[in-house]
Amino acid sequence: MTARTTPSEVLLRASDVTKHFPLRADRFSRHRRVLRAVDGVSLEVRSGETLGIVGESGCGKSTLGRCLVRLTELTGGRVEFDGQDISTLSTRRLRPVRPGMQLVFQDPQASLNPRRRAGDIVAEPLLVHRYGDAAAVRRRVAELFDVVGLAAAHLDRYPHEFSGGQRQRIGIARALATNPKLIVADEPVSALDVSIQAQVLNLFADLQEEFALTYVFIAHDLGVVRHVSDRIAVMYLGEIVELGETEALYKEPAHPYTQALLSAVPDIDDGADAPRRERIVLTGEVPNPVDKPTGCPFRTRCPYARERCALERPQLTVTASGRRTACHFPLID
Amino acid sequence: MPDQPLLDVRDLRVSFRTRQGSVTVVDGLSFSVAPGEILGVVGESGSGKSVSMLAVLRLLTSPNVTVEGEVRFRGRDLLTLPDKEMRAVRGREIAMVFQDPMTALTPVYTVGWQIAEQIRAHEKVSRKEAHARAVGLLSDVGIPDAASRANAYPHEFSGGMRQRAVIAMALSCGPALLIADEPTTALDVTVQAQILDLMRELNAQGSAVVLITHDMGVISQIADRVLVMYGGRAAEEGPRRAVFHGPRHPYTWGLLDSVPRVGGPRLRRLPTIAGMPVAPGNLPDGCAFAPRCRLRHDRCEERPALRDFGDNAHRDACWLPDDDRASLRLSSRAAATDVPDMEREATP
Repeated sequence: MTARTTPSEVLLRASDVTKHFPLRADRFSRHRRVLRAVDGVSLEVRSGETLGIVGESGCGKSTLGRCLVRLTELTGGRVEFDGQDISTLSTRRLRPVRPGMQLVFQDPQASLNPRRRAGDIVAEPLLVHRYGDAAAVRRRVAELFDVVGLAAAHLDRYPHEFSGGQRQRIGIARALATNPKLIVADEPVSALDVSIQAQVLNLFADLQEEFALTYVFIAHDLGVVRHVSDRIAVMYLGEIVELGETEALYKEPAHPYTQALLSAVPDIDDGADAPRRERIVLTGEVPNPVDKPTGCPFRTRCPYARERCALERPQLTVTASGRRTACHFPLID
Repeated sequence: MPDQPLLDVRDLRVSFRTRQGSVTVVDGLSFSVAPGEILGVVGESGSGKSVSMLAVLRLLTSPNVTVEGEVRFRGRDLLTLPDKEMRAVRGREIAMVFQDPMTALTPVYTVGWQIAEQIRAHEKVSRKEAHARAVGLLSDVGIPDAASRANAYPHEFSGGMRQRAVIAMALSCGPALLIADEPTTALDVTVQAQILDLMRELNAQGSAVVLITHDMGVISQIADRVLVMYGGRAAEEGPRRAVFHGPRHPYTWGLLDSVPRVGGPRLRRLPTIAGMPVAPGNLPDGCAFAPRCRLRHDRCEERPALRDFGDNAHRDACWLPDDDRASLRLSSRAAATDVPDMEREATP
């Protein structure tokens, strides 16, 4: 999926989105502790592009995905979809907006009702959004099955009768049913074997081309994210630490976390003389999002951390070369 | 092979008795591990990679399982060893690490206690001494403040720390062979890098390692030799460089080509392997990979044996002509990218 040359309009805009989960107060403290899953995220998704969101487990990437389509209520900030602020709409006012934005989940086993037939699962959003009469719905479902590469014979089967890859195709067909503009895909291929993963990734690429879809693609696999994304946002502890064009970001990461993350990926050495990355092994593990470090969230593991990093939280700013990064001492200008 | 192999598995066959009849999951698998070597075993789900290792350790205890073949470890056949001697081998001479460290640790005892128990099961040492050694091991595997963390329970550890604790337990008796089944699959990349370093260190101290994974990148970083499994059989085997720089088997090509890379050129469409991995029990009579292979021909009706080509013990089980595999790979990759694969995921 190559970047579109014309600068296109913004389909989705998130401004300073936060999502905090209050934890049960423990008996000895008066303060309720708060898990800051998403902590001040601002980003734009342009029409027709794929924005990748990467990060390690617990960095808030899935929660952010759910915030973007308002599957969960925001604690703060706002989300605009197609020019409309959806973060404060009532459930009823939200309903006509919903068909335009759909989700594909990681585990098709868990996101498909085991007691319903594949055809009925895909028909459900059509019925909810009053697509048309029974015959029209049936026609549309058959069409969707064809689009995602499932046979008509599959309509009456139950989810357990499908392989993992086919189940993910059902999930994709369901997401496509209402002709959405935006699809938020949360780790859609991480549960699949590599050979099946490639097939599903190709399907995503074909569908984007055919239906001019906009994707927010959430994943932890840096190879997969690079393959699908035009631009990538790197998350750490609920914040975006870097955002930029895919190739530029992989070639020259600006944030020390991006650099370390990329260097930790075990690359396949197949004799092609690709330049090797210098390995940066991070010590320790991601801090608990309940007790986030002061200043820069990454400073506790950052090999370049200085005094200022503990005192001041870096903001996501644009560097001279157009990269956005939240670091006091970015690696590139 | 110049060295006497540490582990030598010959014609291993594992079958399960099911309501639908007998299902062969591992079918005539042979491989060996030299002392101090890291063998990487790759394959997709259902390829028999985990089951074959469980069979080697005699951990398949269900009465519905039959294990045949020969498993020689330091000259003894493990499959015929009395239970008591086998228990002494397990843990002391061959240690295991599994994918999910939570299930390998009991939640009701402290981590330090569990490591000490393992030491006391194999060696005559006092409780105190065993505990001191457990603390030492935890600090060796990089757990900060090991003396106090030894008194923590598994749920108080993060995933990476639990995997370290399990590795510490595996190391406690200085095993000659460590079998690690997807030890980093559940971990984040930055933690994975730390665990792989730990395995390298362990290997540098003289232990041989069998690392089972589905991640070609991990194998490429750490293995000395590679065994590619498909449908319960070996598809290709050889030194890491030979397998990664000049893969011979079409399945290995597919595995290498279908993974999106972090570096190198970006493709709009990935070359795919058509169809789905074979389910055990549905194995064709001939080559197991034939139904998904783009270069299948008449000969594939017959089951290919793992053949040696004389160079570096790089072997594969395929009927294609030996000499122009590299050009065949290129043409097959081109075909794999062009053909829309949507209909190809076979309809059962």
